[in-house]
Amino acid sequence: MKQVQTNLDRRSFLKASAMAGGGLMLSFSWMAGCTPAEQSSLEIPEEWFALNNYIKIGANGVVSLMSSNPEFGSGVKTSMPMILAEELDVNWKNVLVEQADFFPERYDRQFTGGSQGIRLAWKPLRKAGATARQMLKEAAAKSWGVPASEISTEKGTLIHKGSGKKAGYGEMASAAAAIPVPEEVSMKDIKDFSIISHSKKNVDGKKIVTGQPLFGIDYKVEGMLIATVIHPPFGMKIKSVDDSAVKSMPGVKEVLVIKTLESDYERNFFDTNAFNELVVVAGNSTWEVINAKKALKIEYEIAPEESFVMAGWGGKETVKVPSGLESSDGHRSKMAEMAKKNAKVLRRDGDPEGAFKKAVKVLERSYTAPYLAHNCMEPVNCFAHVTADKAELYGPIQAPEFIMRTLQARLGLPKEKINIRLARMGGGFGQRAYGHHMVEAAVISQRLNAPVKMVYTREEDMTNGIYRPTYTATYRAGLDENNNLIAFHVKGGGIPEHAVHADRFPAGAVDHYLAEGWEINSNISIGAFRAPGSNFIAGAEQSFLDEVAELAGKDPIEFRLELLDRALNNPVGKNNDYDAARYAGVLKLVREKSNWSDQQNSKGRGVAAYFCHNTYVAQVVDLRMEKNNPVVDKVIAAVDCGVVINPDAAANMGEGGIIDGIGNALFGEMTFVDGVPQKNNFHQYRMIRQKEAPTSIDVHFVSSEEDPTGLGEPLFPPVFAAVANALYSATGRRLYHQPFVNELKLSKTSL
Amino acid sequence: MEKISLNVNNKMVSVEVDPNTPVLWVLRDHLNLAGTKYGCGVAQCGACTIHLDGEATRSCILPVSSVGDKKITTIEGLSAQGDHPVQQAWLEHDVAQCGYCQAGQIMTAAAFLKKNPDPSDEEIVSAMNGNICRCATYMRIRQAIKTAAAAEK
Repeated sequence: MKQVQTNLDRRSFLKASAMAGGGLMLSFSWMAGCTPAEQSSLEIPEEWFALNNYIKIGANGVVSLMSSNPEFGSGVKTSMPMILAEELDVNWKNVLVEQADFFPERYDRQFTGGSQGIRLAWKPLRKAGATARQMLKEAAAKSWGVPASEISTEKGTLIHKGSGKKAGYGEMASAAAAIPVPEEVSMKDIKDFSIISHSKKNVDGKKIVTGQPLFGIDYKVEGMLIATVIHPPFGMKIKSVDDSAVKSMPGVKEVLVIKTLESDYERNFFDTNAFNELVVVAGNSTWEVINAKKALKIEYEIAPEESFVMAGWGGKETVKVPSGLESSDGHRSKMAEMAKKNAKVLRRDGDPEGAFKKAVKVLERSYTAPYLAHNCMEPVNCFAHVTADKAELYGPIQAPEFIMRTLQARLGLPKEKINIRLARMGGGFGQRAYGHHMVEAAVISQRLNAPVKMVYTREEDMTNGIYRPTYTATYRAGLDENNNLIAFHVKGGGIPEHAVHADRFPAGAVDHYLAEGWEINSNISIGAFRAPGSNFIAGAEQSFLDEVAELAGKDPIEFRLELLDRALNNPVGKNNDYDAARYAGVLKLVREKSNWSDQQNSKGRGVAAYFCHNTYVAQVVDLRMEKNNPVVDKVIAAVDCGVVINPDAAANMGEGGIIDGIGNALFGEMTFVDGVPQKNNFHQYRMIRQKEAPTSIDVHFVSSEEDPTGLGEPLFPPVFAAVANALYSATGRRLYHQPFVNELKLSKTSL
Repeated sequence: MEKISLNVNNKMVSVEVDPNTPVLWVLRDHLNLAGTKYGCGVAQCGACTIHLDGEATRSCILPVSSVGDKKITTIEGLSAQGDHPVQQAWLEHDVAQCGYCQAGQIMTAAAFLKKNPDPSDEEIVSAMNGNICRCATYMRIRQAIKTAAAAEK
């Protein structure tokens, strides 16, 4: 048991009385979002007693736990309540899980992204569970006339050993709700966990496999209109709309042009939208508006250069959007030109140029990767009902806090009058952090004075920007006569940003180190994509280190471990952004689990390791070439994310990240000609499918009592390099340019 | 507009729609059966898979006028209690991440297993290749199909 200060004030621990008041936030059914944690049918109690914003208990002992973060498939709707249930000490079978609305007065950081959900919720959720448990103990102590310190709990039962008295939580819930919030509570020892680290099934599993309406796109209300949108190519804007052929089409109500953000609006970090003006077709049904969309005649014209103020992480900045129609060929030549110029120095240790002159061997290699589209399976959509005095929104959103501010400004409503409900998302991967679709739906609803569900077609979704940027990086390494790495240089660039993380490995392990970055502006909008930046630079760096190890005549794992040993025992510089011991730990674990030292396994085998989003990952990929196609037989991963909350779901996340990485390394690519994205649906944009997925994946977690970190992203970036290194081992050919399918000239006909 | 009668999940229903309307949108917009998902609209992703007289069929390109007397089964009608062996296996392997494509995966798998109750690994992969899962739960989909096949034996 560990004592912790609760530091909770009354406001953050609203009581049942305050919560029962109704109002906009609670205007929908209190239990509508509830899902039994197990498949058993629980009896819903007539009255709930709220012990805090996350925990309600019924007189029958049924417990409702609020899941506050948006769910996009990473499993937080199961894993976050598991943390509450553990410290509350209840039977998981008696737990219902409810999806919270966006409600910042009650919940901290309702943001899903950056693999930060579990990491940042770990302490607050444990505390919330432990606090409720302490209140139940104190209620029982009062009722039984014994000291609270003599009361223990066991899976939803309060026990006083001395007197033999016992009571279920339900019996004490009403009294506990009136107990003042304790100032100090004790939390469980990790060794006593019975829910955390014990796999629990997805609380929405049954609803998913029976096709229940869980997603924004499934939402429907009486009198609702359907709207779809049309946007121009990049670098263009709407000149004119001829809707003469459309107005008379069946089911069509309106054709209009909307402006999502006002010109003088000061944007926040997630206010990225590629096209601020859209053509909208609204009508009675999806098919009718999709048909009408095809019959519209829209003329576009070149958009002028534009600039706007945007609040970034480092303060306000003016974003310049250049004019012009961009093409991938142009991007490539511009990047090659920029790569030769001087760039911004991000970090310099020692005397890199002097060391390169002294080096006996120097290796220089350049890597590139294209734009990527997110391609969430659920196309962009949102329901909105905006009236003169309030707005109701329901849709997929990773970052409701940011879009709330935008909605307030755009609709001219105070935040109390705007309700954002968090739909389960059919994928997110960063795309749904940018809530422009919520504003678009709200503006359409406001203009049409009706409830509206806006649905993008797949074609509009795929061509709508917020892409993973296109990147390049050139690496140089210098070895001395003993094959020690004495100099290291990375110079990275991209459109419109580079992916260099200057303080990451191998910074800290090399005496003479230089990191530089450069950027080129563009009117093609970009956004977060599963492990932003890392999803390129990990592949480049870890491919390069593989080649450096070979040049040094060293085993690739041993070579990395030597560097990490240096970083651990005698680090260069102070700001090294990794724990060298934990980094080495995953490499050692993957070496053991893959039976790395067995030379019989070495053909077609590649290794990579990376640390990002607070989690350490090492991977070994085994593949072979079959008719010039890579066939991935096995992937073995070692992961250090501290305590693993829900092990089976964590392994699922790992498997998904690995396959996603293989898919994007081999096939992922968006290209442009004159501002027009060259792929608009899955017949053109190749996604990894069953046939290309590995035969097996083993995800091994380092046994750890460190505070937990996230898993949505960290298994994704290193796969790119593990695949490239394995391909080298299988073919004798190093690959530098993603997608590798282009370099291998593979047949693309297997779709 | 045309009045069209359909047998959906063993119930006769009638809708008044443009006869070219794909079954996907009839189900979602007119019959309140939102389990069948829109993913691409061009029969490339499998999210819209239904059974048409037991055959796995892409409903996003299937005009409602072409259905006739054929029986439509959607994910909502695959089993009365959500306990079809494929659904149970999906739960056992905790397949879903975001869950959006899984109805289509399950419908494809259920029709496949009916025809081929004892499939090889290769046959499973081949049968499921038309269904994209962006979360890439492919490993678990295969394992769940094996479990469902074993349960049926």
